[in-house]
Amino acid sequence: MRRLLVLGAVAIVGAGCAAQPEPRRGSEGSADPAFPASVEAANGTVEIPERPEHIVSLSPTSTEMLFAIGAGDQVEAVDDASNYPAEAPQTDLSGYEPNVEAIAGYEPDLVVMAEDPGGLEKALEALDLPVLAQPAAQSLGDTYLQIEQLGTTTGHTEEAAALISDMQRDIQELVATAPTFQRAPTYYHELDDTYFTVTSDTFIGQVYALVGLENIADAARGAGTGYPQLSAEYILHANPDFIFLSDTKCCGESAETVARRPGWGRIGAVQDGAVVELDDDIASRWGPRVVDFLRAVVEALQRFASGSS
Amino acid sequence: MTATETSATPLGAEMVRTAGLRAGPMAVGVACLLAACLAGVLIGPVALPPGAVGRDLLDALPFVDLSSGLSPAESAILWELRLPRVVLGGVVGAVLALSGAAYQGVFRNPLADPYLLGVAAGAGLGVTLAVAYGPGLAGWSIDLRPVAAFAGALLAVAATYVLGRSTGRTRTAATLILAGVAMASFLTALQTFVQQQESETLRQVYTWILGTLGTAGWDQVLLILPYAVVAVAAILVHRRHLDVLSVGDEEADSLGVRSTRVRLIVVAAASMGTAAAVAVSGLIGFVGIIVPHTVRLVVGSSYRLVLPLSVAFGAAFLILSDLLGRTVVAPAEIPIGVVTAFFGAPFFLVILRRSRRLG
Repeated sequence: MRRLLVLGAVAIVGAGCAAQPEPRRGSEGSADPAFPASVEAANGTVEIPERPEHIVSLSPTSTEMLFAIGAGDQVEAVDDASNYPAEAPQTDLSGYEPNVEAIAGYEPDLVVMAEDPGGLEKALEALDLPVLAQPAAQSLGDTYLQIEQLGTTTGHTEEAAALISDMQRDIQELVATAPTFQRAPTYYHELDDTYFTVTSDTFIGQVYALVGLENIADAARGAGTGYPQLSAEYILHANPDFIFLSDTKCCGESAETVARRPGWGRIGAVQDGAVVELDDDIASRWGPRVVDFLRAVVEALQRFASGSS
Repeated sequence: MTATETSATPLGAEMVRTAGLRAGPMAVGVACLLAACLAGVLIGPVALPPGAVGRDLLDALPFVDLSSGLSPAESAILWELRLPRVVLGGVVGAVLALSGAAYQGVFRNPLADPYLLGVAAGAGLGVTLAVAYGPGLAGWSIDLRPVAAFAGALLAVAATYVLGRSTGRTRTAATLILAGVAMASFLTALQTFVQQQESETLRQVYTWILGTLGTAGWDQVLLILPYAVVAVAAILVHRRHLDVLSVGDEEADSLGVRSTRVRLIVVAAASMGTAAAVAVSGLIGFVGIIVPHTVRLVVGSSYRLVLPLSVAFGAAFLILSDLLGRTVVAPAEIPIGVVTAFFGAPFFLVILRRSRRLG
């Protein structure tokens, strides 16, 4: 759907700019004046000689970004975890245990990965394949930067810029519609059923901070990780106003299972029906759907505000 | 029954002598366990006033009515989170330490433990398979995991034993352990494979691998308790037999101990205990080898002392390790398997050095 919208927008932009010197062509991009292109990425300068037509994406977030900027047609294969959008050509390739031969078998002209699990980039560069590393974003700024990188490397700079400004506008609007409270509401964001969570230093934590939520896990910053495992008794004691579950798929958690945990029935969020079931994927990726994630949070805040007033 | 079987022998006379010396170490063991329980209940990431905790605990006794001053939320933390966690840690620690001691006796091998024999890996594979391919647990009245863990554990220990024997007459202490290590690697590889195939549904297995008591509740205590009680009772009943076995099968048979039967019962009990522990708390290493050997270094090698003391010190060790795990970086936690290895190994080395110097 988003892709159709973007394509539509491209058509309009293309029509409006027909007289300009850089018309956008279809997929026969060898003559594309935007190439050779180069971007500064997490893995240094990445040189792309020609418009890539056989991209392999090993990162679900990068896959979502590629399709959102209209580069989906140039994607040859995506990894086994890239389950969105539905038309992404999902394969058995793994981003965690990558098989260099299997990747090379798709004869890619660009490989996009999140974190290098060890030696992948070296191996691919030995095969003369350009690699773009897009590690987990630390902030929304990183997300925009990665979208921009993909725009440049795939020849979709304008769509990338349009996507970024759309996201910025949507996020601004959502933040503006978020209710404000005299005391900042507290929350606990659950990554799995053994109480791993995020602090405000993480990408996810910063999204919550946008709408003024206070993270109970920030007391655990001393543990030296943005992803600490909390003690159950501390969670009970902190008594968060909201519980956000991003372990609904992995671990089958729900408002109901949380209420059944020993002692958890006393937590404010459980008593007030403020246990929010998120989509694990949306809440763990730093791509365009972060807007949907923020929307779910703002809607929960609105329900909370109307219930408590 | 066992006393009459052995009392006519010189070995029996020796046992009678040690029996008189048993009270002291047992008292120390029980005292340590009580102290560990107390520390485990009183200390935690949320500061509960010790006096109030004490009053709240006494209040639960029949005919005692005290107002503790704990808020309902604090009371919930004490009764629904901290207490079951201490109890579960104690039960798991006791079972793992006792199983380790039992394997060492049965196989007459100082290195035998649930991990080196592949038993824990087998139990882990069983649980993983049950979670991945088993029917939905919601509709079942019994939890499949301990049963699957037990099946995996028994298969693993049987395979290790057969492999260890099949090398023929050159069998040494190392052969069995090598077979166990190979078996553990093989089963762990299978488990990792299943886990990767089902990575969507099995994310929770990842944290479980490191061992956790963080989600402990009375449910899990009830889940492990029947298996633990049977396993501990079955092993402790055979403590004298293990002493007799330690002098050799032929001697044991001549003393009227049916060595094969004793071996089978003790191994089955130890495997069941290990399996139940793995099913509720994941893979917590090190307890089964560290605790019994520490006990031996202090009180000698008679199983009549080593086994009950392993229960007490195993429980105390795991309760204290868990206490460290949940307080050092509070309110965050350190996986318990990391704590047992990090503190257990140096502690063991200190004991080993000291005993060498004395001996």
